[in-house]
Amino acid sequence: MDKSKREHRDYYNSLTRNMLLTVIIVSFTPMILVGGIILYQFQTSYHEKVHAHLEELVQKHKQNIDSFLQEKLGDIRFLADNFTFEELSDESFLRDKLESLQKEFGLVFVDLGAIRENGIQVAYAGPFKLGKALYSQADWFQKAMRSKYFISDVFLGLRGLPHFIIAVRDNWMGEKWILRATIDFVAFNSLVGNIRIGETGFAFILNKEGKFQTKPLLDIATTRKPYIDFLSDRNITKDEIHVVERTDESGHKNIYVAALLKNGDWLLVYQQRASDAFSDFRRTLRVALIIMLLGGLGIITMAFILSRRMVSRIARADREKQMMNEQVVETGKLASVGELAAGIAHEINNPVAIMIEEAGWIEDILEDEEFQESENLDEFIRALEQIRTQGRRCKEITHKLLHFARKTDSRIQEVQINDLIEELVALSAQKAKYSNVTINTVLQKDLPPLQVSETEVQQVFLNLINNALDAMDKKGGVIDVITLMEGDHIAVQVADNGPGIPEANLARIFDPFFTTKPVGKGTGLGLSICYGIIKKMGGEIDVHSVMGVGTTFRVLIPLPKQKESE
Amino acid sequence: MPLANVLLVDDEVPFVETMTKRLTKRDLRITSAFNGQEALDKLEEDRSVEVVILDVKMPGMDGNETLKEIKRRYPLVEVIMLTGHATVESGIEGMKMGAFDYLMKPCDMDQLISKVKEAAGKKRQHEDKIIEARMKEITSRRV
Repeated sequence: MDKSKREHRDYYNSLTRNMLLTVIIVSFTPMILVGGIILYQFQTSYHEKVHAHLEELVQKHKQNIDSFLQEKLGDIRFLADNFTFEELSDESFLRDKLESLQKEFGLVFVDLGAIRENGIQVAYAGPFKLGKALYSQADWFQKAMRSKYFISDVFLGLRGLPHFIIAVRDNWMGEKWILRATIDFVAFNSLVGNIRIGETGFAFILNKEGKFQTKPLLDIATTRKPYIDFLSDRNITKDEIHVVERTDESGHKNIYVAALLKNGDWLLVYQQRASDAFSDFRRTLRVALIIMLLGGLGIITMAFILSRRMVSRIARADREKQMMNEQVVETGKLASVGELAAGIAHEINNPVAIMIEEAGWIEDILEDEEFQESENLDEFIRALEQIRTQGRRCKEITHKLLHFARKTDSRIQEVQINDLIEELVALSAQKAKYSNVTINTVLQKDLPPLQVSETEVQQVFLNLINNALDAMDKKGGVIDVITLMEGDHIAVQVADNGPGIPEANLARIFDPFFTTKPVGKGTGLGLSICYGIIKKMGGEIDVHSVMGVGTTFRVLIPLPKQKESE
Repeated sequence: MPLANVLLVDDEVPFVETMTKRLTKRDLRITSAFNGQEALDKLEEDRSVEVVILDVKMPGMDGNETLKEIKRRYPLVEVIMLTGHATVESGIEGMKMGAFDYLMKPCDMDQLISKVKEAAGKKRQHEDKIIEARMKEITSRRV
């Protein structure tokens, strides 16, 4: 029993599990697939958008810086072209020009200087005391002497401050001379330093040696390698913008956007942490993941609850089915018992009749005088009496069995239960009078008619009333027959105040051949016939009994189902 | 003079034989038949039969058919049905068709005897009344 219960539980558990898994897989697969595809597409396009945006930004600034440099160079060229070396060697003139430049462009131009071929600065205008300075050994001077226009890298120079120089070479009376202007590092730096996006996005400029030409954020100084790699990459062409994502030494993924400036001398680099650049995307991703997670949790919870509920319903249905099966088996058993009984009864009845008659015949003969003196006469008579008694017993049994199995009038007809009960009570009145029993009826008025076989219902209630009468055992008592509505059933109670049924017998009273009557008095078929009839109508019969107080049989007969109005 | 002239009809030969002996011993004159047709033949031969004890369940012509025929031909002859079934219906059916009474087999001898006596008495009473009526009719005839 325990084992089969456990097996049942295992079966239902695995059913729950399978249902749960199926629901989860079926609902998760499309969710994950759709979610994944959309996220992937979104990520790709968002990356492209961010890259394009950064490219555009860098492109714009590259143009800005290039045009800034070109412009400044143009200004200096203008000076060099329009004024002679003689004029420009005059410091007051130079100062005048510097003032007008500063007026025009702000403090971008720090100072101006005119330098001879030998490297001596013949005139200087600016905040530093650099008059007559000798530049012949300076790197920028040598380079400037070689080309007509020159823009230097950023260097400290004589003044000890970072700056760079724009130099224009010209000829005056067969001698080369140079007009140079210093560009304020701070002003130039702001061109690039203003490029700030998000929390970690910034830009800076490197020269070919990888030296910073503008002031980057501090933490970059240590990780210069990627830029040097970048610079040494020969594939980089002048006009292209390059976007690279790379993991740096501290383990952060960065986006690098690079473009060449100043004819490839300088490199404008924009750097941003990938996490920062894609923060919007990350946020979306996070929201999507949270929604998916919550949805998933919801699905799992629902699947769990649903499958539990479903399986408990299935279990209930199974139980009901099993009960139904048991009932079917029970009624089937009764039916086959009935058939068997009928067969036996038919066959046995005639031989029993003959046996009884033969015994009677012997009895008749014994009455003749010649046997009257026989010493065993009494024994003969006793034995014959016994044969007759037992024969009668056989007769009774076969009669009841035949009754049990006989085909009753099972035509379904409209039956008013109250009329039927009253008829039966009237029928039983005579027997009740002998037993000194009063039969009371409490009948609910206006009960709807039943659709049942009248003879079968008669049989049931006559059996119950007869049983109640027998239970009184001639001591007298009261039998109450009550009819009333109970939901969609009519309930009929037959209650006596007899001795009651012992609890040990209660479970067996509907079993065929179970009887407590003395041997030969009862067949034990009455209640099992009742049970079979009531079950066949889809009704219920149950019994409630208290020792010394009485027994109540309650029969529930279903009302005919309301036909749909056509 | 026997108590009554009885025709006993049953297909079970040993039953008929024993019953014949027992009933004869109780001062009944018994004629026996083993099926319905034979019963009708015996009735035709012996018009003194007053009561027929008839088994309901017989092969061929069954009890009820035989009863119908007997009542048609000899309305005054009383018939007691013997049923093997506990079914009240077949007995009642018989009574409706004019049987005097029905008894369940195997039956109590004393009960059977008393029923036979009653039946014979009723038949004689009927006959007496008929005779009386005829006598009255004859005596009161006007010439």
